[in-house]
Amino acid sequence: MRIVVLMKPVPDTAAGGERLGPDMRLDRAAVPAVVNANDEYALEAALKLTEALGGEVTLLSMAPASAPDTMRKALAMGAHHGVLVTDPVLEGSDTVSTTRVLAAALKTLEYDLAFAGADTSDGGAGVVGPGVAALLGLPLLSYAAKIEPDEAAGRVRVRRLSPTGYDVLEAPMPALVVCTQALGEPRYPSLKGIMAARSKEIVTRSLSDVGVTPEEVGGAVAGTKVLEATSPPARAATEVVREPADVAAERVVAFLAARRII
Amino acid sequence: MPGIWVVGEIADGGLARISTEVATLARGLGETAGHDVSGIVVGAQPKKAADELARFLPRVVAVSEPATDGNAAATIVAERIAALARNSGPDYLLLGAGPEGRDTAGVLSAMLGWPVLANATGLGWRDDGPTVEMSVFGGKLNTTNAFTGGRGIITVRPNAAAAEPAASPGKVEEASPNGEPQLPRVTVVDSVAEPGAAAPIEEARVVVAGGRGVGGEDGFKVVQELAEALGGVVGATRAAVDAGWINYAHQIGQTGKIVKPQLYLALGISGAIQHKVGMQTAETIVAVNRDPDAPIAEFADLVVVGDLFEVAPAITAALRARSG
Repeated sequence: MRIVVLMKPVPDTAAGGERLGPDMRLDRAAVPAVVNANDEYALEAALKLTEALGGEVTLLSMAPASAPDTMRKALAMGAHHGVLVTDPVLEGSDTVSTTRVLAAALKTLEYDLAFAGADTSDGGAGVVGPGVAALLGLPLLSYAAKIEPDEAAGRVRVRRLSPTGYDVLEAPMPALVVCTQALGEPRYPSLKGIMAARSKEIVTRSLSDVGVTPEEVGGAVAGTKVLEATSPPARAATEVVREPADVAAERVVAFLAARRII
Repeated sequence: MPGIWVVGEIADGGLARISTEVATLARGLGETAGHDVSGIVVGAQPKKAADELARFLPRVVAVSEPATDGNAAATIVAERIAALARNSGPDYLLLGAGPEGRDTAGVLSAMLGWPVLANATGLGWRDDGPTVEMSVFGGKLNTTNAFTGGRGIITVRPNAAAAEPAASPGKVEEASPNGEPQLPRVTVVDSVAEPGAAAPIEEARVVVAGGRGVGGEDGFKVVQELAEALGGVVGATRAAVDAGWINYAHQIGQTGKIVKPQLYLALGISGAIQHKVGMQTAETIVAVNRDPDAPIAEFADLVVVGDLFEVAPAITAALRARSG
């Protein structure tokens, strides 16, 4: 079972301090990067599958040249290889460029399944995974809560979260699966894993290596722009209640009634 | 038909609620911009959803596509709309930002090469193009965005607008596409209903949510009772979901759902940034927490310092007494 996990280094929301640069784009240098949370769930699912069925997990990122630091953390969780597509031209790419580059890079790899996280914590559009599937003509199995490949039959079954439960989807492999948190909690890297990650290879590829011309991607051809950014209005001061439960409860009810919520 | 197209999403055979909100926003945009707004619904039986969409828009096209029967719909729907968009040349495609809308938007964007502005909380018009309001960096910043060229795809968050039908209903045209869809099919082998999965928390007016402080599956009964007393639904933090106390469908935050209810009542929730990003735009936030210094105290409107297992049942009782 060969699985490629699309992984994005994103600003660490817990660290705070995300900001736009003078070009009105996310200032990626301002905040430390971490593995996008939904991608960690995708990676965990990939690791469990390859542990059970044999095989290898490859990480694929399109990111700035500093990305290997973040990739090491995912390699420490147990991924076997890393492929980083990086090129100065890619700075400021929109989702169309990102989709094109990741699809082109994925095409150069051998895999049975490609995993993508449901969305990223910075962009949050949730469109790149489905777009990559469309460009490569891969079956798209999205919002996965469970992934069951059948290697002998060359098919994969996925539980897709639905508004009332889940649908069971089935398609031939290779296929692209969009992963959610319902797949299960990601592991912490072990000390052994961290040591092993140091010697794992991260292959760096340029745009031309994956067969994309610089004119079709990057900030110069980005289809979207930020016009303005403002801080949201500050919330009113917090009212603090420190009375016994029954008195506090009456205060809460009065508060809700005053706001016409009840 | 140039102008703005609303992609109507089918749910339970009818029109998804999100599509009524998107259609309402799109109609307003069309009026401001002086552009035509049309709806389009693709499915094996598109008529019912198309009729519902026509309550909001002057013109709706119902595209019969038998292939969505028994197969995952988003890719097939996107392929049909992409073909129509190439022929008829709309400038903007609007969809809901839920799972179906995102899948469809992603495939459409890749097929058409059109850019995407995602998770709109509001729409406007300026300099001959739409502007899209977004809340980014976990609500730290509100941005106004635009396309750099003439065309694009917009996904709209639930509750970005209250659905409002047009003064008079529009007309529905029926269309049948030519040939078979080309992208690979994904078969729907089974559909399973799961207790606890039907949690439309994005649409709820009141959300009562539990976090680590709830302590376990049993503790969520207290959350559930208060939610019922308020006519609301139950939400949860990632910690509570990862611990297996409650279904992922209830999760609010970075890797869960983004909600914007009238009231968000947080029980035993510290208010870590990963949770805050999912709920901080709630109109009113009330928190019950033992720790007065928990981060949630910094952005809640009212904080009760105390044991949720004492305070929450007391609020439930007070509400029942009030209505009783």
